[in-house]
Amino acid sequence: MEHKLKNRAQLKDTAFIIPSLLGVSIFVLIPFIDVIRRSFMNAAASGFVFLQNYITIFQNQAFLLAMKNTLRFMGICIPILLAFSLLIAVFLNAGVRGAKTLKSAYLVPMAIPVASAVLIWRILFHENGFLSGFMHMIGLQGQDWMNTKYVFWILVFSYIWKNLGYNIVLWMAGLTAIPDTLYEAARADGANNFQCFVYITMPNLLPTLYTTAVLAFLNSFKVFREAYLVAGDYPHESMYMLQHLFNNWFRELSLDKMSAAAVVTALMIMALILVLQKVWDRED
Amino acid sequence: MKNKILKRLLFIILLLLAVLICLPVLFLIVGSFMGTDELNIYLGPVLGKSSGFASWPLLPTYPTFKAYVQLLLDSPEFFVMFWNSIKITGLIILGQLLAGVPAAWGFAKLKVWHGRLLFNIYIVLMLMPFQVTMLSNYLTLNMIGLMNTQWAVILPAAFSTFPVFIMYHFFRSIPDAIIESAELDGAGRMQIFLHIGIPLGSSGIVSAMVLSFLDAWNLIEQPLTFLKDMTKWPLSLYLPNITMDNAALAFVASVVTLIPSFLVFLAGQNYLEQGIAASAVKE
Repeated sequence: MEHKLKNRAQLKDTAFIIPSLLGVSIFVLIPFIDVIRRSFMNAAASGFVFLQNYITIFQNQAFLLAMKNTLRFMGICIPILLAFSLLIAVFLNAGVRGAKTLKSAYLVPMAIPVASAVLIWRILFHENGFLSGFMHMIGLQGQDWMNTKYVFWILVFSYIWKNLGYNIVLWMAGLTAIPDTLYEAARADGANNFQCFVYITMPNLLPTLYTTAVLAFLNSFKVFREAYLVAGDYPHESMYMLQHLFNNWFRELSLDKMSAAAVVTALMIMALILVLQKVWDRED
Repeated sequence: MKNKILKRLLFIILLLLAVLICLPVLFLIVGSFMGTDELNIYLGPVLGKSSGFASWPLLPTYPTFKAYVQLLLDSPEFFVMFWNSIKITGLIILGQLLAGVPAAWGFAKLKVWHGRLLFNIYIVLMLMPFQVTMLSNYLTLNMIGLMNTQWAVILPAAFSTFPVFIMYHFFRSIPDAIIESAELDGAGRMQIFLHIGIPLGSSGIVSAMVLSFLDAWNLIEQPLTFLKDMTKWPLSLYLPNITMDNAALAFVASVVTLIPSFLVFLAGQNYLEQGIAASAVKE
């Protein structure tokens, strides 16, 4: 009798997620499982080739390049973003004047449409654009930044510009949650600013770090939009990322390679999440 | 004493940073009021029309509404795309509300069957870039017969797991005590959800919706891949199609596309911060 009651209760609880689960399954999950299936088949999905696709992609130059670039991009821009936004958040939290207005200002880039941002970068980083003009003024050489290896840094810049405000808000939320009493007690024991930061602030920010990292990671994928609008299907080498590769494979119908690469990417993301969860023990 | 000077200095630095960050927007606005001739003067080098380097004034020398008129009164494509965007974005948000809010509540406060596992799957799915499932999405939509309709863009986005993730954290932070006392008073699941969950979680819901709006308003890959018919395209694809020749139009289009985003952003900013705050703090 009690067993039946528990089941019924759970059924009712689960009912809340059914609409979402249904939609997610149809439009997200099942396509994904199909991709897994296809990774073991040939391009026309007419026969099984088992692990052949996986072997192929790891020998594929384009794949290795894209993988390297994507990892390099994330490895560079995410820490910079997190550190920079944390720094500003700490300053703002320390009671600088007009913190609220400043915060709003930092959030502005988030509202700007991607295409507009790209327009601006085009003019800024053009061979005869603002940056080149500035370089010229101080006696250096200007160049077509968008078509050199500097384009990688343009993307990093664009990413940080866009996401700075959002991350600042996240950090500040985490910071304000740390009780002042902790700091007071520490100072009473003679701790200076730096020690307070290292031994009180940072440990208490770990949960915030988890969320910010996940979101920063999510947003780093979105950089593809800027990259694509700036340079099209085949951008400069340093900017060629996984999404470019998938896009191109899709267009030329190399579905077998695409599926295998997709599965590999997904596995890496899953591994990352599991590691993050374990390390920060966000078991609630 | 030293602290005060430091704070002043900090303020100035941060202020400078804020101005720098907002510069692009000012740039767009100023540019949108310029006529083609003036734009050619300043941006000529970039457009390949003159030598030297591009420059920019603080205010246009010959401000004009010409580009605005051309865009708003003379370009039917713009309007069609504008309303497409409104329709697509609106339906996406509606879908996310209807499916996502109960799901977030379920994961956060109820004992869903294999809830932890399912939520983790949600997180993984949330992080998948579009390109990973692009192909299968295409085939699924084709099979259902939705290809080349706006539903092909709306439905997958309406069931995005991202808002569920955001709202989950906010619902988590609602104290269990309130829910328990409601249960003691005999409230059912639905009642608790509607009368306690949603009101208390409203900042989280609004913030998720603001973020979703910004995302939906800027969709590029999905419409590009799934919509063959240009008349069905959203506004986000209008700009990329303007070449630099028509720079004036590009500026105005940018500003006009920006305005709804900005309005939503301003309106929801308080909620946005609260909502973001909830996901940042450990309960």
